[in-house]
Amino acid sequence: MKTPGKMLPKIFGFIFRKPVTVLYPKERLSPPPGLRGKMKFHLDRCISCSLCAHDCPSGACTMHTIDGKLRPVFDLDFCTFCEQCAETCPKDAIEMTTEYELAHYKRGEAIVK
Amino acid sequence: MVREEGVEVMDLLLSLIYLLIFPGFLFILAFGLFAEYMDRKIYARIQRRVGPPLLQPLADVIKLSAKEDVTPEKADKFMFTAMPIITLAAVMTSFLYIPIVASSALHNFEGDLIVVLYLLLIPTLALFLGGWYSGSVFGVKGGIRVATLLFSYEVPFFLALLAPALVAGTWNMARIVTFQNGHLPALTITILGFIIAIISLQGKLERLPFDIPEAETEIVAGPLVEYSGRRLAFFRIARDAEMVVGAGLIAALFLGGPSPLFSITPIYLSWIVGAVIFLLKTLLIIFLLILMKSAVARIRVDQMVVLAYKWLIPLALLQMLIAILARSGGWLL
Amino acid sequence: MPLTNKVKIPIGPQHPALKEPENFTITLDGETVVDVDIRIGYVHRGIEKLMETRNYIQNLYLVERICGICSYTHTVNYVQNVEEILNLKIPQRAEYIRTLFLELERLHSHLLWLGVAGHEIGFDTLFMYTWQDREVVQDLLEMISGNRVNYAMNTIGGVRRDVSDEQRKKIMEAMDYLEKRSQYYKEVAVNEKTILLRSEGVGILKPQVALKLAAVGPTARASGINVDIRRDDPYASYAETPFEVITTDTCDVFGRVVVRVLELFEIIKIIRHLMNNLPSGDIKIKAPRKVPEGEAISHTEAPRGEDLHYLHSNGTDKPDRYKVRTPTMANMPSVAEMLKGAYLADVPIIVAGIDPCMGCMDRVLVLKDEKDDSGQILDMENLRRYGIKWYERKGWK
Repeated sequence: MKTPGKMLPKIFGFIFRKPVTVLYPKERLSPPPGLRGKMKFHLDRCISCSLCAHDCPSGACTMHTIDGKLRPVFDLDFCTFCEQCAETCPKDAIEMTTEYELAHYKRGEAIVK
Repeated sequence: MVREEGVEVMDLLLSLIYLLIFPGFLFILAFGLFAEYMDRKIYARIQRRVGPPLLQPLADVIKLSAKEDVTPEKADKFMFTAMPIITLAAVMTSFLYIPIVASSALHNFEGDLIVVLYLLLIPTLALFLGGWYSGSVFGVKGGIRVATLLFSYEVPFFLALLAPALVAGTWNMARIVTFQNGHLPALTITILGFIIAIISLQGKLERLPFDIPEAETEIVAGPLVEYSGRRLAFFRIARDAEMVVGAGLIAALFLGGPSPLFSITPIYLSWIVGAVIFLLKTLLIIFLLILMKSAVARIRVDQMVVLAYKWLIPLALLQMLIAILARSGGWLL
Repeated sequence: MPLTNKVKIPIGPQHPALKEPENFTITLDGETVVDVDIRIGYVHRGIEKLMETRNYIQNLYLVERICGICSYTHTVNYVQNVEEILNLKIPQRAEYIRTLFLELERLHSHLLWLGVAGHEIGFDTLFMYTWQDREVVQDLLEMISGNRVNYAMNTIGGVRRDVSDEQRKKIMEAMDYLEKRSQYYKEVAVNEKTILLRSEGVGILKPQVALKLAAVGPTARASGINVDIRRDDPYASYAETPFEVITTDTCDVFGRVVVRVLELFEIIKIIRHLMNNLPSGDIKIKAPRKVPEGEAISHTEAPRGEDLHYLHSNGTDKPDRYKVRTPTMANMPSVAEMLKGAYLADVPIIVAGIDPCMGCMDRVLVLKDEKDDSGQILDMENLRRYGIKWYERKGWK
C-alpha cells in the first residue's frame, strides 16, 4: 500500500538551508549581457530615414523635427523592448543597453532622444 | 483571622493571574501567535522561501481588527456575531484544564478530560453555524463540509485520547499525568494512539491534508467567506489557540506533560522547568503537524470519511484493546 | 416533486481556482455537477483585428503577445505562414534554434503546469519546487534571447540572435540539473498517495468522446489518442530529431500528469540532440517587406496541443486576414463533457488539467440576451457604435 508523504525525506533537508529568495533591492542578480534594456541613440549616425518609426510595433518610436532635422524620439512608456528599431536601422544608430531599472513617477518622463 | 484573609486574597490573586495572564488569556494568546509564526516560517523554509518575521501574526490580528466589519444583508445578525465570540471563549476555557506548570492545572476533577474534549467540540460547531448563517452559497457549502468532517475525525480523536485514560484507569487528567510519570513505558503502549491523535488533530484544526472546508481553490474560504474585520480576527486567534490547546492536550496525555526527569527542590524552580518542558513538548507536536501539512495534498471530503472509518477508527479501537489488556494484564505495574 | 435540490454556482469569472477569468456556471446536485454552462470572452483583446492594421514586421511582436506561456509557438506559426507565401527557405541553423526555443518553452510550460496543478489540489510544496526549477529555464531563456517571456527571437527569414558556444555549454549543464529534478518529480507525481487520490478516476474522457470533441495535446494523449503534430506533420527541425510521443490510456487527470511529466524527459533528450548537432551557418536571410497575394495555414504543437494559424495576404505590407485557433479552444468542449458527473471538489483540477490558457482562447465574444437567449453578431463598425452608446449612457463623453 502506498503511504502518503513521499516528499518527506527530501523536505527535511531543506528546513535549515538558505532560502532561494533574492532579497531585492538589497541583493541584485546581475543581468546577462544580452538583456533587452533601454536603448541608446547615436545622433551622429542617424540619416533620418524613418525606418525605425515605421517598424516599431507599439508606436514608441516617433519622428520629430529637432534642430531642423528629422530625428526619432523613443517614449519608454510605450516601448516593448523588442529591439526591432536597432535591427532595422541601416546605420546602427540605435543600440540596446542592459539597463532595466526604468521605473519613474510620471507619464512621459522617460524619453530617449 | 488576618492570616486567613491574607491567604484567601492570595488565592484569589493567584487565580486571577492564572486565569488572565499565565497560563490564561494573555499567555495562550501569545503562545498561539508564536505557534502560528512557527507554522508559517517552517512551512516557508521547507519550500525554500523566507517566511514572515516574528511579529507577523500579531500584525495580522491588529490589521484585521482595524478593518471594516461588514455583515452581509442576508445573514442572521445575531448568529453571525455570536459565533466568533463563542469559539474564542470555548477554546480559552478549555486551556484552563491542561496541566502546564505542575501535573495538575488550577483545578482538577474526575472527568475533566471529557470536559476539555467537549469544549474543543464547540469551535467546530460554531464554525458550521457561522457558515450556515452567513447568507452565502459558499458559506453554506463550507458549513456542510465542516459538519461532514466532524463525523469523520471526532470519533478517532476521542478514542485515541481515551487510551491513556484507560491505561491510567482514571478520567482525571492530573492523575493521568502523574501515572505516566511514575511508569515510564507508558508511551510505548500508547504510541499508536499518539499517531492517531495527531492525524485527527490535523483534521480537527482543518489543516492540510484535511483543510477541505477552507479549500482555497474550490470554495473560496468556506464558512469564513463572509467574515471580515474583528470577527475574522477572533476566528483566527481561536484557530491558533485551538492548535496550542490540542497539542498541549496530546503532550499532557501521551508525552507525560510538564514533568522534569528529576525532581527539583524549590517548588517554584520546578514549576518553571516544568512549564518550559511542557512548552517544548507542545512545540514538538506542532512541528509534527507542520511536517504533515507540507508533504501531502488535500484529499476530498468523501475520501476523508473513508479514511476515517476504514483506517483511523479500527486502529483506534485496536489501541483501546491494547490499553485494556495492558491494564488488566498488569504489564506496567 | 423532486427531492433533489439543484443549486447553480458560478465558478468565475473571478475565482481562486482559475488563473484567468472565464465563467463556468455549474448546476450542482449535492456535491455532484449535473450540468455546466461555459461562457468565454472575458479576455478578448481583438488581436486578430489589430493585426490587419500593422505591417508584417510589427505583427511579429503582436502575435507573440497572444499568450505568455505559449508565445513562441504563435510566433513560429506566423513566421512559417509568411515564409510559405514568400517561398523562402531559411537556413538550417535557424531551424535548429527555433526548435530549441520551442522545446525550452514546452519545458517551462510543463513545469509551470505541474506547479499549478499542485496548487489546485492544495499541494503547495510541489508548486514551490517546480516553479523554482522553472527559474533555471527562465534564466537560460533570458541569457540567449534577452527576455524571460515573449522572447522576440523570430524574424521573417530566420532568428535574430545566435547561440554561442558558451551558452551551449550552459544549456547542457542546465539540462543535467533538470533531468535530476524531473526524475524526482516523476517519483513524487506517480507515487504520492494523495495526488493519486485526487487525480485517479477524475475527469474521465473516453477516447471516442475525445475524438468526437476534437481534443488535442496532452488531454487527448492521456486518453490514448496518438496525435502529435511534431511527428505527424514535422516543422522546424523535428523531422531530423528522434523523440517519442507519450500516450497513456487512463483517460483521467492522472494520465495527463503522467503524460506531461514523461514529456519532460523527451524534451531534455531533444534539446541535448539539438545542442550536440547544431549546424553552422547563417541565422537569417533577408526577406522582402511586401508579401504577394496568397494564403497559408500553419500548425504546430504548442505545450497545450495543436495551434493553428491562417493567413490571407493581399500584396501590401499588411496582412488581410489572420485567424488563430488555439488548443485551449479545442479542449473546451471536452471540459464541459468532463465536468458532468464530477464532484464539486474536482472542478478546479479538471479545469486545470487541460492547462487552460484563456488569453489564447478568446477569439470571439458572445453576448447573450438574458431574456430571450438570442445572440447577435457584431462587426467592427457596430461594435464601435455599441461601445460609444454604452459609455454615453453612463454619462461619459
